[in-house]
Amino acid sequence: MKRFDVDRIRSDFPILKTKTNGKPLVYLDNAATSQKPRQMIDALDNYYKSYNANIHRGIYKIAEKATEEYIGSKEKVAKFINAGSMREIIYVRNTTEAINAVAISWGDANIKKGDHILISEMEHHSNMVPWMLLAKKKGAVLDYIALDKDNCGLDMQSLMRMLEKRPKIVALTQVSNVLGTVNDVKEITRMAHRNGAVVLVDAAQSVPHMSVDVKQIDSDFLAFSAHKMLGPTGIGVLYGKESVLDNMEPFLSGGDMIKSVHYDSYTWNELPWKFEAGTSNIADGIAFGAAIDYLNGVGMQSIREHEKRLTKYALSRLNELDGVRIYGYGAKSMDKRGGVIAFAIDGVHPHDVAQIFDSDGIAIRAGHHCAMPLVTERLKQPALSRLSFYLYNKESEIDAAVAAIHKVKKIFKV
Amino acid sequence: MPIDLYAEEIISHYEHPHNKGSMDKPSISVHEYNSACGDDITIYLDIEKGKIKNVKFSGSGCAISMASASMLTDSIKGKRLEEIEKMGLQTVIDLLGIDPGPARLKCATLSLKTVKEAAFMYQHRAVDRSTKDL
Repeated sequence: MKRFDVDRIRSDFPILKTKTNGKPLVYLDNAATSQKPRQMIDALDNYYKSYNANIHRGIYKIAEKATEEYIGSKEKVAKFINAGSMREIIYVRNTTEAINAVAISWGDANIKKGDHILISEMEHHSNMVPWMLLAKKKGAVLDYIALDKDNCGLDMQSLMRMLEKRPKIVALTQVSNVLGTVNDVKEITRMAHRNGAVVLVDAAQSVPHMSVDVKQIDSDFLAFSAHKMLGPTGIGVLYGKESVLDNMEPFLSGGDMIKSVHYDSYTWNELPWKFEAGTSNIADGIAFGAAIDYLNGVGMQSIREHEKRLTKYALSRLNELDGVRIYGYGAKSMDKRGGVIAFAIDGVHPHDVAQIFDSDGIAIRAGHHCAMPLVTERLKQPALSRLSFYLYNKESEIDAAVAAIHKVKKIFKV
Repeated sequence: MPIDLYAEEIISHYEHPHNKGSMDKPSISVHEYNSACGDDITIYLDIEKGKIKNVKFSGSGCAISMASASMLTDSIKGKRLEEIEKMGLQTVIDLLGIDPGPARLKCATLSLKTVKEAAFMYQHRAVDRSTKDL
C-alpha cells in the first residue's frame, strides 16, 4: 500500500488554503458535508464549459459525450459499491430523497394496516420521519431497536425481540452521525431476511469513509449522498437490487422514464431510467464520477485507516481533559467506530463551544445533529458538539481543537 | 465572530442569572423553543394595570440565550405592555453591548420573542374577556 500523503491530498482542496476569522480553516464538520477537490470542481466546470447538452437523445457530438460521461458516472458508482450493474444505481437529490422514494413507492405497495416497520433509536431524522409518515398513512406500527445500556451500539436482544414481530422492512444506519457507531449491517440484514423483511441501509456516513460492498451486505436498498464524499450537492444514490427495483413503481413520472406513451397507455423505461423522470442532474452526476475517481486514487482502505488513526488520537487527547464527556465507543473498539466524535463540556452549551471554536477558525457542528430523539431522549442532552474527520484532516488540527476546548474552559471558568 | 460575545458581563449573567425561576400564579406564561439550538425558555409575567410588576424565566440554553434572558427580564420590570411591543433587536444589542451576528440571532432574541408573545397574548386574552362580558 502506498504511503498516505495527507499534505499532497490537502493541496488538491482549494478551500483548505483559505482563512476564516484570520486563521487557517480547520474543517472538522465532515459528517455534515465534505470539502471538494479541484478535480471534482474542474469536472463540473468542464461539462458546462465544453460539452453542456441534454443526455439520451441528442444526435450530435457534445450530447453523445454528455450521455457517455453521465452513464460513466453511474458505472463508477456501481463499481464503487460493488453493485451488479449501473441498472441498480438511481440518482436522486440526496440520502433523504432516496429513503423517501422507498418509503413512498415501495411503502405504498407493500405496507398495510397493522404491519410493522423497524428502525433504530440512533437514526438520523432522514431515516425516521419518512417511516413515521408511512406508518401514520397506512396505520402501520413503527418499532425501534433500542440502544445498549452504554448508549454505544444496538441492543441485540431488542433487535431479536423486534424481529419476532416480523417487520415488513428494516431501515438502519450503517454509521451513526452522532455516536460514530458502525453497525454490523451485514449480520443484521441476514437476520432480517431470515425473518422475511426487506432491508434498507442508510449509508450516508459509511460509503464516504470505508469500503462498502452491497453484495456482501446483501441489503435490498442502500442510500447515500455525493456531497459527503467530495462530490457536489444535489445528487445522491438510491441503490436497489435489480429484482426489487423491477417490481417497484416509479415515484416520479414524466419524460425520460417511459419507453413509449400512447393516449391510452404507457410502458416504463428500463432500469435505472424508469426512476429518473425529467432531465437528470447531469452536471453533478458527471462531477460525482470525478469525486469517485479521486477517492479510488487514494483508496478507501487507506482512508479508513487514516480516519481510525485520527479518531484514536482525538479520543486520547479528549480523554486527558477534565469535564469533557465523550459519546460512543472508546479507542479500544476502533473497528466499531467511524471518524465522528460527539462530546459535551460540563457547564457549557454546545453552541457556545462551536462559537468559540469558530473564533479560532475551527468549523465543528453543534446541535441535535438531526437525530433529536437520540440526543435529547437517550443521551439526555439538549445538544452536543461534534468533531468529524476526513482524508485531508491532520493530527495538528485535532491539537487545534483541543486548544480551543481549553479556551472554552477558560472563558466559562469550568 | 466577535469573541467579545463572551465578555465578562455576559458570562456572569449566564452563571448567575437574574429572575430565574417560576411563578405560582402568573398573569400569563409562554413557552418557546429554538429548534436550531435546543434553547428552551418559559417566561412568566405578573401584570397589573398594564404594567409588568414581576417577571421570571425558566429553561436552559446557551450562554447567549440565557444571559440575554437575564438582562432582558431585569430591564422590563415596571414597563408598560405598549413599551414591550416597541422592543426589537436593538433592545437586545443594547443589553448585550454587542451585535450577536446572524448565527446567534435566534439565541439572543429568544427571550424577547417570548416576552413579546406573552404580552400580546395577555392583551388579546384581556380583549376576549371584555367582549365576553358584553
